[in-house]
Amino acid sequence: MKAKARNADIDISKEFTPEQLKKVDKIIEKFKDRPGALIPVLEEAQMVLEFLPMPILKIIAGGLNLPLSQVYGVVTFYSFFTMTPRGKYTVRVCLGTACYVRGGKAIYDNIKKELNVEEGETTDDRMFTLETVRCIGACGLGPVIFVNDNVHGRLKPAKIKDVLSKYN
Amino acid sequence: MSLVNLTIDNIKVAVEPGTTILEAARKVGITIPTLCASTELGHTPGACRVCLVEVQGQRGLTASCVFPVWEGMVVRTTTEAVRNARRMVVELLLSNHPAECNYCIRNANCELQKVAEYTGVRELRFAIPTMSKEDAIDESSPSVVRDTRKCINCHRCVTVCAQVQTVSVLTPSFRGSSTTVAPPFDLPLMETNCTGCGQCINVCPVGALYEKDDIDKVWKALQDPTKHVVVQAAPAVRVQLGEEFGMPVGSLVTGKLIAALRKLGFHKVFDTNFTADLTIIEEGNELLKRVKEGGTLPMITSCSPGWIKFCEHFYPDLIPHLSTCKSPQMMFGALAKTYYAEISGIDPKDIVSVSIMPCTAKKFEAQRPEMCSSGFRDVDYVLTTRELGRMIKQAGIEFVGLADEEYDAPMGEYTGAATIFGTTGGVMEAALRTVYAVVTGENLGDLNVTPVRGLEGVKAATLTVGDLGPVSVAVAHGLANARTVLDQIREGKSPYAFIEVMCCAGGCIGGGGAPHPTTNDVRKRRAAGLYKDDGTVQKYRQSHESPSVKKLYEVFLKEPLGHKSHKLLHTHYVNRGTELPHKEKGPAVCKPAKKGAGH
Repeated sequence: MKAKARNADIDISKEFTPEQLKKVDKIIEKFKDRPGALIPVLEEAQMVLEFLPMPILKIIAGGLNLPLSQVYGVVTFYSFFTMTPRGKYTVRVCLGTACYVRGGKAIYDNIKKELNVEEGETTDDRMFTLETVRCIGACGLGPVIFVNDNVHGRLKPAKIKDVLSKYN
Repeated sequence: MSLVNLTIDNIKVAVEPGTTILEAARKVGITIPTLCASTELGHTPGACRVCLVEVQGQRGLTASCVFPVWEGMVVRTTTEAVRNARRMVVELLLSNHPAECNYCIRNANCELQKVAEYTGVRELRFAIPTMSKEDAIDESSPSVVRDTRKCINCHRCVTVCAQVQTVSVLTPSFRGSSTTVAPPFDLPLMETNCTGCGQCINVCPVGALYEKDDIDKVWKALQDPTKHVVVQAAPAVRVQLGEEFGMPVGSLVTGKLIAALRKLGFHKVFDTNFTADLTIIEEGNELLKRVKEGGTLPMITSCSPGWIKFCEHFYPDLIPHLSTCKSPQMMFGALAKTYYAEISGIDPKDIVSVSIMPCTAKKFEAQRPEMCSSGFRDVDYVLTTRELGRMIKQAGIEFVGLADEEYDAPMGEYTGAATIFGTTGGVMEAALRTVYAVVTGENLGDLNVTPVRGLEGVKAATLTVGDLGPVSVAVAHGLANARTVLDQIREGKSPYAFIEVMCCAGGCIGGGGAPHPTTNDVRKRRAAGLYKDDGTVQKYRQSHESPSVKKLYEVFLKEPLGHKSHKLLHTHYVNRGTELPHKEKGPAVCKPAKKGAGH
């Protein structure tokens, strides 16, 4: 999946407002010619845009006079940066040992099916982003999922639909 | 500065401060196995962890490639802990490496295999399924193939591409066990700024990067009774091929090369050197014309297709500085299906033109849409030196024992000036010999133009050439060095009239199609082989003295830079830019030229 996460076709003029794009230019201008500018630029740009698709990374690479390969390497290395849009809600499924043995995998599979996404992906309506975690310290409630800051414990695959339908 | 004293395996050694344990050990003949470190590249990421050693007083084991020595240090490289740890590291590297050794392109020539042997791995206790072949192999480029499954993340290719060639196509992406080396956004190589130089192949310890193999197409042509297959071999091939058969590095094997090609069934065995001489005549005259008529200067050589593609991507504004001369390979191709077809009475549509090159970028060059001057694909197939080595092995030919043979006429004869095209500075030296003679009517006092020889990154020389006065020239090899002279031109500060640029460090002898391994020592020895060919073997040492080239002008081309030359021997370039992804069109189908149609 990761190979496909190019977002090359995204039209940034539709995705972002002219103000947002202007802000990115200003961020580049601010850090330009400073050593080690790349990470702060990416960080601030993501604050403005929420995600960093290929055309934005090209603008940053061009602005800082860095090879696109280097920018891409940094963006994929740090889990903080994302090249795909995030959903309104982030669903984190615990696959730590306790949740796993209590059926976490089945919960996870069911959510993937329900949302029709793989790990790290966002639904087309940009409502949900799916992630997995290894233990969130709620083993007594396992299997658990987090939806943004809410914990849902003692889940069964059949209950997934109900849980997700609360979020809209 | 005082030296640092230490002992390694009870051997006393004194080295400069800042030396790593690995380098110190090498000094006293102790081999510590490594997979990622390359001192020549200045690349020691400490990534592979194979070079572990024990340092007295240190907790745990230490990666010797990144650990500097200190006074009184005591190092042990063969304790049980070291041997077990190294073996475990290699076992883990092998755990997700495809077990395809028997049919891998690097079989018997693989650093991982060697390290597995040195560390004594005898079983594989862990096996992790690898990526599927379909997802892992990128065959988009006609030059370089990537197989991500086999990558061991040594990142040498990243360093050579970014630091030596300054192209920066490859990057480590993602992290941890998901780390892969790939172009940005995992684009196919052909959609990136890749020059196809293949330097990444030369530094790859395993079979993760290799040349696109075209052997089978050549076999097919050779066995087609309706085809007349002619072959050319580039200058550098004659000092590389012997290495594929265990001969000493840099052995000059011209005679055996010809014999082997003939045994393989090529109908005519010709030489790229023939058109290297021709290049000098055309390019020398082009230079003189530019000097006399106020054309764009400095003029830059155009023999090296990796360099050309680099210029088209990164310095398209300097394209007018490029000589319009095709490379010797492409001049040969155009003549094979016109001049040779004409004098031999063979229909050019039945001629298959094959070239043997030390180069992977030549494969791309042969597919360029401009390379259809004969009305057909001027060069049909390009094999690297390594591929020819494999083909000779497939044919069961005992290369080392072959008796020397001679090239066929009329496109086999060459001068010493042509043969040194294969090393950095060679084209410049050859051009200076001829330009001097053409301008002054006399030969250079010493035909050996030593200031342009050797592995210095940028070499410069000034020569007084008769009425032209002092002519300043420069030679750059490796694209980082090319940038130095190119940036001077951009700033309007270039003091040179003529510049030779070769894409690869050392020139073609260090090309991406060279036998493994290629180090600076190997480059020097291969260059020495070519200078031997020039200095002691060849009868003529100046391109304009070649009887075959003289005859070519007499009966076919008529004059340098003339109408036929323009059509067959010169070309134009494309502004490619650096905007990714590039949407390259596939190889163009050549249309036979209409009568009277110009270039």
